Amino acid sequence: MSDDIDIKDKAAWDAADRVADYEHGWSSDIETDFAPKGLTEDTVRFISAKKNEPEWMLEWRLKAFASWKTMTPPDWAKLNVPPIDYQDAFYYAEPKAKPKLGSLDEVDPEILRIYEKLGIPIAEQEVLAGVEGARRVAVDAVFDSVSVATTFRAELERSGVIFRSISEAIKEYPELVKKWLGKIVPMHDNYFATLNCAVFSDGTFVYIPEGVRCPMELSTYFRINAENTGQFERTLIIADKGSYVSYLEGCTAPMRDENQLHAAVVELVALDDAEIKYSTVQNWYPGDAEGKGGIYNFVTKRALCQGKNSKVSWTQVETGSAVTWKYPSCVLNGENSVGEFYSVAVTNNYQQADTGTKMIHNGKGSRSTIVSKGISAGHSNNTYRGLVRVAPNAEGVRNFTQCDSLLLGSLSGAHTVPYIEVRNPSAQIEHEATTSKISDDQMFYAQARGLNAEEAVTLIVNGFAKEVLQQLPMEFAVEAQKLLGISLEGSVG
Amino acid sequence: MLKITNLHANVGDKPILKGLTLSLNAGEIHAIMGPNGAGKSTLGYVLSGRPGYEITEGEVTFNGQNLLDLEPHERAAAGLFLGFQYPVEIPGVSNVQFLREALNAQRKYRGDAPLSGAEFLKVAREQAGALGMDMDMLKRPVNVGFSGGEKKRNEMVQMGIIDPTLAILDETDSGLDIDALRTVGDGINRIMRKPGKAVLLITHYQRLLDYVKPDFVHVLADGRITRSGGPELALELERDGYKELAA
Repeated sequence: MSDDIDIKDKAAWDAADRVADYEHGWSSDIETDFAPKGLTEDTVRFISAKKNEPEWMLEWRLKAFASWKTMTPPDWAKLNVPPIDYQDAFYYAEPKAKPKLGSLDEVDPEILRIYEKLGIPIAEQEVLAGVEGARRVAVDAVFDSVSVATTFRAELERSGVIFRSISEAIKEYPELVKKWLGKIVPMHDNYFATLNCAVFSDGTFVYIPEGVRCPMELSTYFRINAENTGQFERTLIIADKGSYVSYLEGCTAPMRDENQLHAAVVELVALDDAEIKYSTVQNWYPGDAEGKGGIYNFVTKRALCQGKNSKVSWTQVETGSAVTWKYPSCVLNGENSVGEFYSVAVTNNYQQADTGTKMIHNGKGSRSTIVSKGISAGHSNNTYRGLVRVAPNAEGVRNFTQCDSLLLGSLSGAHTVPYIEVRNPSAQIEHEATTSKISDDQMFYAQARGLNAEEAVTLIVNGFAKEVLQQLPMEFAVEAQKLLGISLEGSVG
Repeated sequence: MLKITNLHANVGDKPILKGLTLSLNAGEIHAIMGPNGAGKSTLGYVLSGRPGYEITEGEVTFNGQNLLDLEPHERAAAGLFLGFQYPVEIPGVSNVQFLREALNAQRKYRGDAPLSGAEFLKVAREQAGALGMDMDMLKRPVNVGFSGGEKKRNEMVQMGIIDPTLAILDETDSGLDIDALRTVGDGINRIMRKPGKAVLLITHYQRLLDYVKPDFVHVLADGRITRSGGPELALELERDGYKELAA
C-alpha cells in the first residue's frame, strides 16, 4: 500500500514539474507548496495560482471551499456509494498518477479490445491508453487544452464566437464570466457543485453573440485526453439573443483509475430566442465485471432558459461510470421557453445510475419533453429520477414525460421515481412509463436471421433507444450505437 | 441436403420428438402435416437451433455438416431459413436495418463482402415489390403494427432477401386470406423452387399446397413420421382427418 502511495506521489510531482515547464514558468516555491494529497485551503490556492487566476476568482473558490467543509453529501439517490475520503485523493494532478505503461502489450487487453471495437486506429489507441511511446502527444492534449480550442478559434472568431478554456476566459473575459458563473448552478447548490467551485481545474467557455448561428458544432471529443487534467471540469455556455449552438461532449476514453471522483458542473444560459443543443456521450470507466474500480460521476448540469422562446435540449447517452448521479435540468423562466431531455442510460455488471432531469416551469407557456430510456443488465441498478414543477404564475405549461426501462437478465433493477409538483391548474402534464425485457423470442428471431447473440442484443437495445439516439448528431449517434453494444457485452446469458 | 436420423428432442423433461427420420434432397419440396401437439413447430425450432430444446438422441446433417453443432446464426449463414409461425416484433429497428445487418452478418460469416446500403436497397426493393409490399413497410420497425397477413408476407420478403438454400416454413399459411395465400405461395415458388434448394413446409391444411405443390407429404404424429407419400396424401388427410392416419 505504501508503495502505491509513493508511486502516486511521484507521478503527481512529475505532473507538477511538467506544468511548470509548459505553462507560465512556475517557480519552485509553487512546487514546494504543492500538496500532493488531500484537500485544504492550500490546495485551492495552488490550483488558482497555477491557473494564474485573478484575485476575485481565488476569493470565490475559497468561499466555496469554506462552505463545502460545512456540507454533507446528498443521500437521497438510490445509490450505494461507500464513503469517499476526500483527503485521500489528489486534486488537479491526480489522474497523472496512472502508472506509465511501457508498451501496448502491457495495456489491459480488455481495454485494447474496446478501442478496437470503437474503431479507433492503433496510433490513437496508444495515445488514449497512455503508452510511453505515444506519451508526448497525450501530454500535449492533457496539459494544453488550449490547443484543442485553437483549431476552431480563427474560424469561430470571424463570427464572433468565443470558444476558450474556462481558465483563459476568466482572464480574458472576466465580466462575462463574472456575470454568469455560479448564477445557474449556485455555489451552494449541492455538495459536489460546491466542491467543484473550489477545485475546478479545467473546462470550456462558450459565448455565442446575438443573432449568430454557430457555424460549426463545438465538440469536446478531442478533449478526452484533456479530461485527465482534472476530474473537476467546469463548463459555461452563454447563448445571447437569437443565437444557436450545438455542443458535443464526449467522454469516450475509459479511465482506469479505481473509484475516481468526477464532479463536473455545467451551466448553460439561453437568452431571448436562443437555442442550445447539448449532447453527451459518457463512457467513463465503469469498473470491472466484479464491480471493482470505476468512476464516481457526480455531475451538476443545469440550463437557464432565461429569454422568451429560448430552448435548451439535453441529450445524453450514459454508458460508463461505476456510479452516475446526474440530472441535467432546465429552469424555464422565459415565456414560451422550451426544455428537452433525451437520455439513454445503460448499466451492466455492478454499475449504478441514478439519473434524470428537472424541468422547472416558471415562464408562461413554457414546454418540456422528457424521454428517458434505461437499460439494466448484470447486477446493475438503473433509476430514473425526474422532477416537473410548475410555478403558480406559469399559465399554459405543458410537459410530456416518457420513461421506458429495459431489463436484461433477472438480476438487474430498473426504478422510476417521478416527482410532479403543479401549482397552476392550467398545466398539462403527461407521464408514461413502461418496463420490459428483451424476450427470448426477439433474441431467437434475430439469431435465426443470422445475427449472433451480442449483435442481436445490440440491435434490439438500439431499437429501444432509437428515439434518443436520433437526437444526436450523426457521427455521435454512430459512436453511441457501438458503445451500447460494447457496454452490454457479456450480458447475454 | 438435409438428413434427419432418429431425432429425439425434449422440452424440459417432456419428450416431443421421438425418433424422427426424414431426408430432403436438393430440388424437393416436402410438406409436413399433422395434428396439434405432434411436434411440428418443435421440429422447426430444433433444426434452427432455438435454445430450450434438448436433443437426446439422433443426428442431423445439412449438406454433410453436423447441423446440431452449429449456433442459430451459424445455421442461418449455412443457408437455413426458418419462417416463423408467429413473427416477432422488434420496436425501433426498421426492417431495412434488421435485414441488412442480418444479411451482412451472414455474408461476413461466409467470407463474402458486405452489401452496401445501395446494393442492399436494390435487392430489398425487388423482393418487396415481387411480394406486393411497399417500401414504406420495409422502413417500418420489424413487424410492429403489422397485421397477421403482413407479418407472414414480411417473412417471405425476408426469405427473398436472404435467399437461403433450405427454408423451413412453419405454418406460413395460417392467418392468410385467399389473396395473401396466393401471393405467399407464388413467393415460395419463385424464391425456393430451384434446383439447388429445398423446402420443408409445415402446415395444418391442404390449401397452401394448392399453390406450392409438394413432391412429398409426411404425416408427423406423436413425435415421428408415421406416413409418407406424394401430394395425394395431403388430399387424403384433408378428407379423412389425422385421426385415422396417426394411429
